[in-house]
Amino acid sequence: MKKAVLSTILMAVVALTVVAEETIVLDGSTTVGPIAKAFAEYFMAMHSDVNVTVSESGSGNGAKSLINGTCDVANMSRPMKSSEFSAAAEKGIQPVAHVVALDGLPILVHPGNPVSELTLEQVRDIYLGNISNWKQVGGPDKKIVVISRDTNSGTYETFEKMVMAKKKICEKAEYVGSNGAIRQRVQSTPAAIGYAGLGFVDKTVKALKINGVYPSGATVQTGEYPIARPLFMYTNGYPKLGSPVHRFVTIHLSEDGQEIVEEIGFVPVTAY
Amino acid sequence: MLPHSKIKIQNSMTPPLQSSKRSLVMNASTSRLRRLGGLLGQGFLFSVTSLSTLTVFFIFYFIAKDAFPFFKLEGFREFFTSTRWYPSGDPAEFGTMAIFFGTGIVTLGAVAVSVPLGVSAAVCLSDVLPFNARQIVKPVIEILAAIPSVAYGFFALVVFAPLLQNHGGAVLAAGACLMMAPLLVLLVVVASDLIADRCSDLMRRKARWVAGLVLGAAAFTLMTYIGRQLGAIEIASGANALNVSIILGIMALPTVVSVSEDALQAAGRDLREGSYALGATRAETILKTVIPASLSGILAAVILGVMRAIGETMVVWMASGNAARIPGPWYNVLEPVRTLTATIAGDMGEADHVTGSSRFHVLFAMAFCLLAFSFVMNLVSEGIVRRSRKKLGK
Repeated sequence: MKKAVLSTILMAVVALTVVAEETIVLDGSTTVGPIAKAFAEYFMAMHSDVNVTVSESGSGNGAKSLINGTCDVANMSRPMKSSEFSAAAEKGIQPVAHVVALDGLPILVHPGNPVSELTLEQVRDIYLGNISNWKQVGGPDKKIVVISRDTNSGTYETFEKMVMAKKKICEKAEYVGSNGAIRQRVQSTPAAIGYAGLGFVDKTVKALKINGVYPSGATVQTGEYPIARPLFMYTNGYPKLGSPVHRFVTIHLSEDGQEIVEEIGFVPVTAY
Repeated sequence: MLPHSKIKIQNSMTPPLQSSKRSLVMNASTSRLRRLGGLLGQGFLFSVTSLSTLTVFFIFYFIAKDAFPFFKLEGFREFFTSTRWYPSGDPAEFGTMAIFFGTGIVTLGAVAVSVPLGVSAAVCLSDVLPFNARQIVKPVIEILAAIPSVAYGFFALVVFAPLLQNHGGAVLAAGACLMMAPLLVLLVVVASDLIADRCSDLMRRKARWVAGLVLGAAAFTLMTYIGRQLGAIEIASGANALNVSIILGIMALPTVVSVSEDALQAAGRDLREGSYALGATRAETILKTVIPASLSGILAAVILGVMRAIGETMVVWMASGNAARIPGPWYNVLEPVRTLTATIAGDMGEADHVTGSSRFHVLFAMAFCLLAFSFVMNLVSEGIVRRSRKKLGK
């Protein structure tokens, strides 16, 4: 009996090692991470002979891994910098970008706040501390509680780049550790302002119109909503047609892939 | 309790000893084997103990190893004197003064909450409550230590912060009145007694009443005035130093209570009975004999409580607001602050350790400062406890 169990386990192990011979290694952004993980799950369910591993070490490290040849796909929430391109060229690596999804950052306030529209400049001034009371932008006489994501996150990096224009967020800003925590703080604090991914907007918080445009999948896709960015996966050259990597980086073009992207709160690149 | 259990042990132990046929004198080989076994056991215990001691040294070594490159890269000046904390900025700024300040004020707040509460609870447990009640109350207080800190953090963020935001003034006023009321009552009673003592015998009774009423009314007016003032305060953000101080104070409470209760117990029955024999009341015995005798133990309890508060991470990361800034007037505890532990935990994720950047090493520099501080505190409390033992002749 014991022997039988042991041998079945052994056989299973052998079978697994034989079957999963191909691996795709992904590394990079924590923002793109959820997409990559969802894709990996979907992909491995379809192709049991391919093993996909996803690590999240930040966009910069993703680029480094691709250049050093330690990963097949680099997930990045920003385009590659020219310094990274030249480092890649030196090593004979040719980075090719695949835009897998779009991401918008709604500005959130408490649902009881009468303010429903701000300009990008006003948002910047609020985060710089130049505007410190809601009455300065047509709201009640209340001090603004400024809430930001922690400086580690891709969300913070995007916000810093697209809204702050190289200026530093004021010192009185509060920092929280996740998009969920932002929503929690905003929905319970009447004078708060914060930002989070599109997937985190629900009835308990109010997303503001920025420059007159309400953040939604449609306005992000057309580029009307100003705080939005593409999310990338980089490969070394365009992958060989039909290879596992090729099939992986084209998932987002399929109907299923677009549904996955939407499900985890991002905007698909194309509408089906 | 004790004699009872002794009898039980004897009962259970004696029959097998009598029935065994083992001779009392061992032969040489058994004795050698036994000695070898003893040596082996000793060696094992020694290596386990030295392993845990070595761990401490290794922690020091590895944190220092990653902390010093920061000072080599950036120097000491900015780290200790600037309040600007922009580790991801371009150029990056690594001023940690505001963060050290945040840790300091939050810890002070926690001490202000936990020490008065904890020490009075310990006195109550050791000298006031009857034995049976103590058996129930102490374990209940110690349950506080078993609650995971993320649960405290969740409570602070989801329940306490909104409460402070929506009913901040009322909460503050209620808290202040609760704290002031017993103090003021004591003060009025003592002061009216003192006044009455100065009057002649005939007037004494009347004078005590009048003084008590007048002083009581004054105290009541003062309390309502302060309550009104506090009640008018509006708290913009509930994630602030006050919130975290109160929660950390509650978290440090079991440490303070049980260590200082042990110290009070260690003062001994003979000391208390000596005091009673000299005609002291219970209050006099507690205040003039027991507490002074166990003062150093209580101090050690306070230091342990401080260390509990200073090292706590999850609660401060979730509920202190994490704004790296020294509040408006520095004592304004209604503003968000950022602490060392929260910064280390929050910035560890993407601090680029591949390139060995300053952004990575600065966290270790902070960790090293924390470690050095708690090491010194530990030494101090150890010294105090040792001195107190000597003083009590144990």
